Amino acid sequence: MKRVVAYTGNEVAAEAMRQIEPDVVAAYPITPATEVVQAFSGFVSDGLIQTEMMTVESEHSAMSACVGAAAAGGRAMTVTAANGLALMWEILYCASGNRLPIAMTVVNRAMSAPINIHCDHSDSMGARDSGWIQIYSENAQEAYDNLIMALPIAEDKNVLLPIMVCFDGFIISHSIERVELLEDKEVKDFVGEYKPQFALLDLEHPKTFGPLDLQDYYIEHKRQQHEAMKFVPDAVLASAKRFEALSGRKYGLIETYKLDDADVAIVVLNSAAGSTRAVVDKMREQGIKAGLLKIRMFRPFPAELIAQSLAHCKAIAVLDRCDSFGAQGGPVAHEVRSAICNLPKVPKVIQSVYGLGGRDLNIEDIVDVFGDLKKVADTGKVEKVFDYITVRS
Amino acid sequence: MSEKLPGWKDIPIGGMILEAGNAAKYETGTWRSSKPIWDPDKCIHCLQCWIYCPDSSIQVKNEKMTGIDYFHCKGCGLCASVCPDKVQAITMVIEET
Repeated sequence: MKRVVAYTGNEVAAEAMRQIEPDVVAAYPITPATEVVQAFSGFVSDGLIQTEMMTVESEHSAMSACVGAAAAGGRAMTVTAANGLALMWEILYCASGNRLPIAMTVVNRAMSAPINIHCDHSDSMGARDSGWIQIYSENAQEAYDNLIMALPIAEDKNVLLPIMVCFDGFIISHSIERVELLEDKEVKDFVGEYKPQFALLDLEHPKTFGPLDLQDYYIEHKRQQHEAMKFVPDAVLASAKRFEALSGRKYGLIETYKLDDADVAIVVLNSAAGSTRAVVDKMREQGIKAGLLKIRMFRPFPAELIAQSLAHCKAIAVLDRCDSFGAQGGPVAHEVRSAICNLPKVPKVIQSVYGLGGRDLNIEDIVDVFGDLKKVADTGKVEKVFDYITVRS
Repeated sequence: MSEKLPGWKDIPIGGMILEAGNAAKYETGTWRSSKPIWDPDKCIHCLQCWIYCPDSSIQVKNEKMTGIDYFHCKGCGLCASVCPDKVQAITMVIEET
């Protein structure tokens, strides 16, 4: 049964968490993710769900409590953004290093300073090396769907890694959209009862989590994490396949739009993909063979699939809503460039940073990017590899 | 590093220790720079050393001290210092190789 609602991104994230009903949620409010925590704690207070809601004194404590709950054998979830994610930093590595399948919503927001509450990806992109799976969502529907699909991925017996579901602060978190929700029972059945492989509360099998691990074993445990990431794409696709059967909505590791015959293409993630899709249509009307590649799963990075998908393009632009200051482009650009570098004919690449601190990426901005790409495709020359767009000079 | 240690495919994930109490297999006796020597003739079996020993290295049978487990004893000297002044059944001597 389909239930159609007009909800904000934050409301659907809270709704997904209510339907999942994890054993423990430990969270600390931070704009623009506050409403998720607020709505969810309301569900708990109203007695709708039995989740243990832990109101903690910081995000460091929130993630620590999730680690404790997950190690005990519970299903743990949390929500954060920007500086809150930064405050979780060391515990992010404890979650992945201890192989705890915690699920977290990250409502993407710019890192201070200067203080700014609006969208960019400097928070979650900074955490890309922390051993977490990262899934990015274009709109509220995807935020809801991705959150429900997240737990079976994280809890897959070959994976056992924590997972972040990201969506854009304010643009998605505070905008009302038409969203199709599943029935409570459908979600419960989809995520299933959590049966932890390793649990501290399994008293028949006493065990130790987090002992000292020095030169003789540490690198072996890191190699295991590397291996676990290799199982993630299959787990993501398996979860998506089951979800499609339930919802009719299809998901992959990436999504392409008019890319198959494109000469020029934009690679982007999260909400900017929506505007880009509209501009692709506009370009096609003008006879420009434009396409879009939206990355859904950024960690692990589906390098081979992305390289294959872009192999026929003459020129591509990778747009990052995050800078890696001093480098020659943002994190997505670097990953994409690495992915395509061994293709027989490597497309020319433009790398642009856009939209920091919530600056809009307008239709005209994307039209300009396609204009630049057309020039590169025609001449075979890249005049400027890396620059900021959507910035005043 | 010893080549005999298991590889990444053969160890529990996440650094977990799945076998309870396996620290007993770890020889910490090699850390010792001084060694407690027990004199059974002086010992009054008050078991103060057994209470204080942080490594469970005081061996006891039927409520009587029987010896010291040098496989685990790190030579901290707590046993010698808590042995009553009038007894002094444990003395620390420099470890020689």
